[in-house]
Amino acid sequence: MIYLDHAATTPMRPQVWDAMRPYALDVFGNSSGVHAVSRRAKNALEESRERVASLIGARPMEVVFTSGGTESDNLAIKGAAWNDRLRSGVVTVTTEHEAVLETADVLKRFDDPVTLVSVDRDGFVSSQDILEAIDESTAVVSVMLVNNETGLIQDIPAISNAIKAEFPDVLVHTDAVQAYASKDVKVSELGVDMMTITGHKFGGPKGAGLLYVKEGTALEPVLHGGGQELGRRSGTHDVAGVVGLSTAMELADRDRDRFNDEVGQARDEFERLILKTVDGALANTPSDHRSTHHFNVRIPGVRNESLLMRLDQDGVAASPGSACQSGAATVSHVLEGMGLTAEEARESLRFSFGWTSTMGEARDAAGVVRDLVEQLR
Amino acid sequence: MKALVAMSGGVDSSVAAALMKDAGHEVIGVTLKLWSGPNGEAPTAGCCTVSDAEDARRVAAELGIPYYVLDYTDDFRDGVVDRFVHDYASGQTPNPCIECNRTVKFDRLLNRLDEFACDVLVTGHHARVHDIDGVATLLRGTDPAKDQSYVLSMLTTAELSRVQLPVGELHKKEVRRIAASMGMRSAHKPESMDICFVGQGDYRGFLRHNAPEVFIPGKVVDKDGTDLGSHDGIVGFTVGQRRGLGVAVGEPRFVVKIDSGTSTVVVGGRDDLEVNAVELRDITWANGRKGDRPLTAQFRAHGEPVAASLVGSALTFDTPQHAVSPGQTVAFYDGEKVLGGGLISSTYL
Repeated sequence: MIYLDHAATTPMRPQVWDAMRPYALDVFGNSSGVHAVSRRAKNALEESRERVASLIGARPMEVVFTSGGTESDNLAIKGAAWNDRLRSGVVTVTTEHEAVLETADVLKRFDDPVTLVSVDRDGFVSSQDILEAIDESTAVVSVMLVNNETGLIQDIPAISNAIKAEFPDVLVHTDAVQAYASKDVKVSELGVDMMTITGHKFGGPKGAGLLYVKEGTALEPVLHGGGQELGRRSGTHDVAGVVGLSTAMELADRDRDRFNDEVGQARDEFERLILKTVDGALANTPSDHRSTHHFNVRIPGVRNESLLMRLDQDGVAASPGSACQSGAATVSHVLEGMGLTAEEARESLRFSFGWTSTMGEARDAAGVVRDLVEQLR
Repeated sequence: MKALVAMSGGVDSSVAAALMKDAGHEVIGVTLKLWSGPNGEAPTAGCCTVSDAEDARRVAAELGIPYYVLDYTDDFRDGVVDRFVHDYASGQTPNPCIECNRTVKFDRLLNRLDEFACDVLVTGHHARVHDIDGVATLLRGTDPAKDQSYVLSMLTTAELSRVQLPVGELHKKEVRRIAASMGMRSAHKPESMDICFVGQGDYRGFLRHNAPEVFIPGKVVDKDGTDLGSHDGIVGFTVGQRRGLGVAVGEPRFVVKIDSGTSTVVVGGRDDLEVNAVELRDITWANGRKGDRPLTAQFRAHGEPVAASLVGSALTFDTPQHAVSPGQTVAFYDGEKVLGGGLISSTYL
């Protein structure tokens, strides 16, 4: 199988599993306990917190461990909106991940002011449009760093600087889930108050993520209970998951130069071959300001659902970019947000490369795509 | 041969997939996502519920075949649900399951067989497709109690030549036995009866919620025009309906006619339901051969076939029939063989 769906999830790096294993078996203690086995778990947890904090340029207490990207996005947005009933508004962008959009939608149903800002043809949102959407009711602005469907990189430093200059009290959150594999994300450079990361997008375990929360940021928790994570996220720690997350973040950080070099070249070669050998193929991914590992392409006259089925039969795993829980390909709200018609969105699919991808796979997969498109046309 | 099996998660289509696999064919399973509520929720009744799709996925995994969910929500809304609303609004009694077979399941999947690199479409319907003198012919299923050839009566020979219905060769008991022997969870599942997008058979509730504009109040009258009461819309009334008429009369009363032009519901006694002949529209012939002829006609999924003769688009029953309503499908048979079918546009009392 040639796996080109790394934006959905990645295979775990073996070293991550090795690091996690003892905490699933021998060091099973509840990190809040008062005995030796719990202390060992607690030590591993806090050591992980220090490691990941330094990787993102944060202080350890600014790291809240969560169950992953969806929970982190929920905590950032609901937490900000629920903290102050008089200032509960959310401003976000039409092309965000569902974890952000659906969360905003729920708040809207409970009468919090929610504004969705549009993007241009490439998917960029302008700082000016965001500023215009903010008013005295706005608690938080959420803009994704790297788009999960197209790989487009928003200029988060410029957006957060613009917001902070005019509205210093408005919190800025970024979902950096798709970014960490290829980008060194330092919170001070991004200028954000909150940032979402999840481990399984770069060789870590599923179910382990974090939310960076800048010191002094008041959030109402989403999960209430035993008061873990300084009360910001209750629930017994998944120590093995946290250790897996921190190990994966370190490994991805160390591997990042190679990743951007080799995996980036494989993606570029795949893109070049598709655009050259498949008649009419059009990149939905912009030509610059984009990640090194995503490629979203439209192949006119070919329904993505059929091509993906045939690719699966021939051993190439890709994705429609957007799928409902049942697995059916649905019309992508990201591409629609960029102005594509529903029909054009149904002709689009996403190939995403990752830490295991090779140049050979890129060439082979491009050949399979070309042959199948010829058969389908 | 490579077979595309439309899997609903029920016992019949599950066994159909298993039979194709056992016969040595390459098999791909698909479930059609047809309908979701206003908030995207999947139906909980009918043939394509969330748990059914999960059952289909599980059966596919057990058989070791690839399995996909295909999104046909747009086609289903436009071709089936909108038409269902339109037909009820014009005083007819539609059968959305037939419409779904016609416009979505068979039409769309057959059109895409090449795209999926498959040779045949397989479903779990209880009917048979046999080659008779080189012509793919639809026959009633082996189990007369479960025969579903009626709902497939619109399929043409060209379409049937790319369709296989393996469970139609078997009795339902045998199908359940095979399912049980394979350890299928669906082996003892009750059969789906409800329409997937109408919860608990509440047609009027569905229509009121989704198409309130088609509710136009009108009168309930006797056959001679005597005013018996009023109703808030002809939508959802069906010829032959006895309950919910809102009129209190001594003897049993039935809806005998629905006039969409004046939004009038006419009620009468059992005898007034007798229909001697019907006018048909959208007539299809499996093999393309038209012609006036005597035949047996069936106008309900599990109704008895009755002798009739077709002249042009007029079908005359040898003996008067009860509760025949515009919008219903009539399937034409010659013995076991399905000749074609049509939709009732009007009835002659």
